Amino acid sequence: MTLLELRDLAVTYRSAAGDVPAVRGVSLGLEAGEALGVAGESGSGKSTLAMSLLRLLPRGASVSGEILLDGEDVLTMSWGRLRAVRWASASLVFQGAQHALNPVRRIGDQIAEPLRVHGMATGAEARRRVAELLEQVGLPAWRARGYPHELSGGQRQRVMIAMALACSPRLIVADEPTTALDVMIQAQVLSLIRSLIAEHGIGLVMISHDLSVLASTCDRLAVMYAGRVVESGPSREVFAGGRHPYSRALAEAFPTVGDPASRIAPRGLGGDPPDPAHLPAGCSFHPRCPVSLVSCASEPVELRAVGDGTGAPHTAACVHVSEESR
Amino acid sequence: MTLLEARDVRVEFTSRGRRARAVDGVNLAVGEGEIVALVGESGCGKTTLARTLLGLERPTSGSVRYGGVPLAYSSRALRAHRREVQLVLQDPTGSLNPRHTVYEAVAEGPRIHRLPGEGDLVAEALSRAGLRPPERFFDRHPHELSGGQRQRVVIAGALALEPRVLVADEPVASLDASVRGEILALLLRLRAELGLSALVVTHDLGLAWNIADRVAVMYLGRIVESGPVERILTSPSHPYTRALLSVLPESPSPVVLGGEPPDPTRIPAGCRFHPRCQVLASGAAAEAGVDGLCASGELPVLPSSAGSQVACHHASASARREARTETEAERL
Repeated sequence: MTLLELRDLAVTYRSAAGDVPAVRGVSLGLEAGEALGVAGESGSGKSTLAMSLLRLLPRGASVSGEILLDGEDVLTMSWGRLRAVRWASASLVFQGAQHALNPVRRIGDQIAEPLRVHGMATGAEARRRVAELLEQVGLPAWRARGYPHELSGGQRQRVMIAMALACSPRLIVADEPTTALDVMIQAQVLSLIRSLIAEHGIGLVMISHDLSVLASTCDRLAVMYAGRVVESGPSREVFAGGRHPYSRALAEAFPTVGDPASRIAPRGLGGDPPDPAHLPAGCSFHPRCPVSLVSCASEPVELRAVGDGTGAPHTAACVHVSEESR
Repeated sequence: MTLLEARDVRVEFTSRGRRARAVDGVNLAVGEGEIVALVGESGCGKTTLARTLLGLERPTSGSVRYGGVPLAYSSRALRAHRREVQLVLQDPTGSLNPRHTVYEAVAEGPRIHRLPGEGDLVAEALSRAGLRPPERFFDRHPHELSGGQRQRVVIAGALALEPRVLVADEPVASLDASVRGEILALLLRLRAELGLSALVVTHDLGLAWNIADRVAVMYLGRIVESGPVERILTSPSHPYTRALLSVLPESPSPVVLGGEPPDPTRIPAGCRFHPRCQVLASGAAAEAGVDGLCASGELPVLPSSAGSQVACHHASASARREARTETEAERL
């Protein structure tokens, strides 16, 4: 069975100024042991998507569609069931570990908390499990007695990952887990995440604005723009041969060092990410699109299959995709 | 010609009774119309060095020179220095006052320096920074602007004083991916139009590849390798530069260094990189007979010359060996 399946997920924030659609109909699937990268920039709805997976959105958000975790809809489950699912079946690694940890509690106690809450371990057993978890993320067991301020940024992010692993969940959602970390520490954390997925068969949803980081960590990529998935497919294909002009722009934003084409030639997109409260008509990307047609300004484009359909599924929501396959 | 220069600069801080050598002997020059990238991990001293070049930090020893003249630290001299050398901060949201309009934010510099023709300076700076027509932005507040526009306002604030050098600390780190390229292109355009020089402080090697002429790699208070970007980023000599390049997402065989960025209060003896060095750990340094030197032999402070240079015992030994083989080959 598919570990996680989103069916036509939509999230709208209700505010005094009117409704703001943050996620507008997203369907995605994830198998156990698979890593899915969700790319996008501010306002694309990627963080809203991450939070909605465990129903962590603020009160003002209205959610529709289905979020099936092992076939069970997260959106309709009872509070009691949801509490059991959080941490034990699915857990979250937030960005900015410095703010997510309690500064006045010992690290070991914080890692043990989900274990205790879920009645999975107490006392000496919990301490043993904490030591094991710290070791798994490459920290010495004696760190359990320390406080967050004694750790560097990278070490704190490891503690967050240890917490997420505590109850042996089947799904981990990581929202920008390496943003604000140095390149070397980022490489350490990413290789840790990769090895944990491989060893434990955990499903991973990783969210980032950096397409190159996602491509190197995940099997599949979904690129979001203005609350919709505009392209999804195997990482290599989307990163190196994106069919949506926005995917290509994101890929070019982080140049490959040594590539003569990007030397003294930074590439970006004109304009700014759209304001979710005032989305353009037609294809939301058309005002910034270098290859837009007249019809793009009025006719929305749905996801279309790329290629002859023999390889892994690859779709893109661009008018140019259908022209080619015709 | 060299415009801004750090000459054997050391900056020390005392924290909790321990001495931190944040910048531990650095020569670095930024030429006229040149863009230099200073790269390294957090804690390597790159931001302290940038602040010192701006006159915000006073070196413990050594000197900062502008146009060949050592910087004096009187308030008048500092004020004059800051007209020539302007800072562009990392986070445009944090560096703009939310209650000031765009006009006020950009006019602040000219007012402090009592420059005549404030309105024209502000309009000129905004349009140089790509906010056109400038009048449309005068009365806006930061919250009405996008991240990219805010960063352009910050850059306009620096440009209003008509400086010769910009010191930009992670100018695109907090911006959206698609906007990043536009801001970097702006720095290149300012160089082309105004002959502006820039020192860009970053941990992002892709950024250096995108816009810089020269790159200096800093590790624990020292520049360990520097030279033209093409040369250093495509065939690096220092093991640290190689490791940094190898962990880029596209790289085929990453060398992930263990441990956290090291501590400037405890700088190792010998080569300061040796406890994390993959060349030393692999035994290649021992093979070349330099492993003893790595652990105890002091390395000289690199000069500020424009050519490529490296502070590494193993790299120098290999270079010497190559030179010897070449002369022998010539003799034959």
